[in-house]
Amino acid sequence: MFQSIRDTLPQSRILRGLLAVIVVSLLLAPFIFDGSRALDTAARLCIFIVLVASYDLLLGYTGVVSFAHTLFFGIGAYSVAIAFDHVAPGFGVLLVAVVVALGVSTVVAVTIGLVSLRVKAIFYAMITLAVASVATVLVSQLYLYTGGEDGMTYRIPRVLTPAFKLLDDKVLGVRINGKLLNYYLIFTVSTVLFLLMVRIVASPFGKVLKALRENDFRAEAIGYTTVYYRTAATVISACMATLAGVLMAIWLRYTGPDSVLSLNIMIDILLMVVIGGMGSLYGAIIGATLLVLARNYLNEAMGVAHNAFIDVPILAELFNPERWLLWLGVLFVVMVYFFPLGIVGRLVRGRADHG
Amino acid sequence: MVNSSRTPVLQTEALTIRFGGHVAVDRVSAAFEAGSLTAIVGPNGAGKTTYFNLISGQLPPSSGTVYLNERDISRWPVAKRARHGLGRAFQLTQLFPNLTVEENLGLVVQARHGLGHRIWTLASRQQAVRTEVESLLDTIGLTERADDFARALSHGAQRRLEVGMMLAMDPQVMMFDEPTAGMSVDEAPVLLELIHRIKNEQDRTILLVEHKLDVIRTLADRILVLHNGRLLADGEPESVMQLDVVRQAYLGELSDEEVA
Ligand SMILES: Nc1ncnc2c1ncn2[C@@H]1O[C@H](COP(=O)(O)OP(=O)(O)OP(=O)(O)O)[C@@H](O)[C@H]1O
Ligand SMILES: [Mg+2]
Repeated sequence: MFQSIRDTLPQSRILRGLLAVIVVSLLLAPFIFDGSRALDTAARLCIFIVLVASYDLLLGYTGVVSFAHTLFFGIGAYSVAIAFDHVAPGFGVLLVAVVVALGVSTVVAVTIGLVSLRVKAIFYAMITLAVASVATVLVSQLYLYTGGEDGMTYRIPRVLTPAFKLLDDKVLGVRINGKLLNYYLIFTVSTVLFLLMVRIVASPFGKVLKALRENDFRAEAIGYTTVYYRTAATVISACMATLAGVLMAIWLRYTGPDSVLSLNIMIDILLMVVIGGMGSLYGAIIGATLLVLARNYLNEAMGVAHNAFIDVPILAELFNPERWLLWLGVLFVVMVYFFPLGIVGRLVRGRADHG
Repeated sequence: MVNSSRTPVLQTEALTIRFGGHVAVDRVSAAFEAGSLTAIVGPNGAGKTTYFNLISGQLPPSSGTVYLNERDISRWPVAKRARHGLGRAFQLTQLFPNLTVEENLGLVVQARHGLGHRIWTLASRQQAVRTEVESLLDTIGLTERADDFARALSHGAQRRLEVGMMLAMDPQVMMFDEPTAGMSVDEAPVLLELIHRIKNEQDRTILLVEHKLDVIRTLADRILVLHNGRLLADGEPESVMQLDVVRQAYLGELSDEEVA
């Protein structure tokens, strides 16, 4: 398994270095960063890496434009939320919830995937957008089960909460409690899912997905039934997103439209894929890291700048923390301008392009 | 393929397609045997490519039937026909532009071996596929370019890859649609030599759309002449070229040196 992962690693030294820094930081996050906010950021990052990679499987590898990805993220999260809230916060319940969620996602993904047989890419994209909106409406209508717009807060298994203490003493200044276990659960599952996707992409099946992206007419003409492959890619991508949703529900102990279903999240995913580089799963790590950090800390960094320039009239206004979204936009435009292939695309391409 | 000599491998029966009022292929009936090379000629817009599209399944016939090894395949989807031995090299090059030459060929080889659904092996570790790809690269003279993106190749090299991808299918029926179009003067003979070799060594059924008459004379056992979607003539090269209708309809439109 590890030998084969090495085969798939990007060639670029800079990229490998960057990835190593991110992965090691996430691995040691509880011990090297202070405070629950940092840990929260790290956990979200793990989850978003899986979510973004699973979206890239569809967009970057298979060339399918779908806006329904948050739908599957939501199916995972709401299954767990509803199960914990309406049944009980236990691992048996969790297992059932995960199985049900994967089943529902598969059925929805197959249905949507088969639609791709009949319609052109642009209509397919619109259909997925419509399906995603319907899901949002459904969630707010079925508030008895879903908590509607407010979402739902619930309890999770006690071993995953700060109340559960493994050791009385701190280790390296860190409490060894359920919260820590929870983080490592998220980290481990995310890592396994990510490596699974890396493996899939490097398989003969993964090659076929790229062929669909490049020229599905020819893929069909050499004997691949393209609908079958496109549907399979949709299902795998959907199931990965569902599992990411499960992790999100466990970590946040809250599930609501804003945390898993909203269009904003879909846009974030798109930005992360594009910034990191489409068609490279490792790009998902880079893109997600940049955007999650920006979302969480740009605000603050600007606060610092704002205070530093408090006497300079225009600059102070420019760095007003309220305007962080503007800066995110600027960052994005700059990124796309200088790295049209995404960061990973920029670092990897060139090799096969001479002649 | 036992008993390959007489029963046709491929057959079309009154094959027809209409685009609105325009009949692009009009009741074309023909049978193709193993070990034969049939040239299909006709002026631009005669319906040659459309006839191929009907055979390989990119277009559904308005009426008529296509038989492959005596089975009616008229309703089969493209991929199924490909898996059952219909190989096609396209007139307009159809590659996977952002994949390497090696990946382009590897995709075809793994399709033929039915490996496409394997999700848990590494593509790079499939030795059998790699070995085959290496020999294909050698055949089409692209060994040096194996790691380059298909889109980075010259036009002539892309044409060779286009043909290589069809060869990689190792199909029973090979359809070449103007394979040498746009090739340089030293590339074209190499490819024609290759087609010649395939014809002599293996029991293929080859259909070749080609404009150059000298090429047809040396390669073809038989000529089909299409004109306005109709089958105008069908027979041995020498006799077909003598026919008045053919000379008027087809040869008459060509320059004198090609007729000579
Ligand atoms: N999908 C289509 N829709 C409408 N008309 C079509 C379509 N495909 C082909 N035709 C028409 O059918 C006729 C035959 O075209 P075809 O491409 O088969 O000719 P050809 O013999 O291959 O010509 P060339 O030598 O230029 O390649 C042309 O008049 C063309 O415009
Ligand atoms: Mg043509």
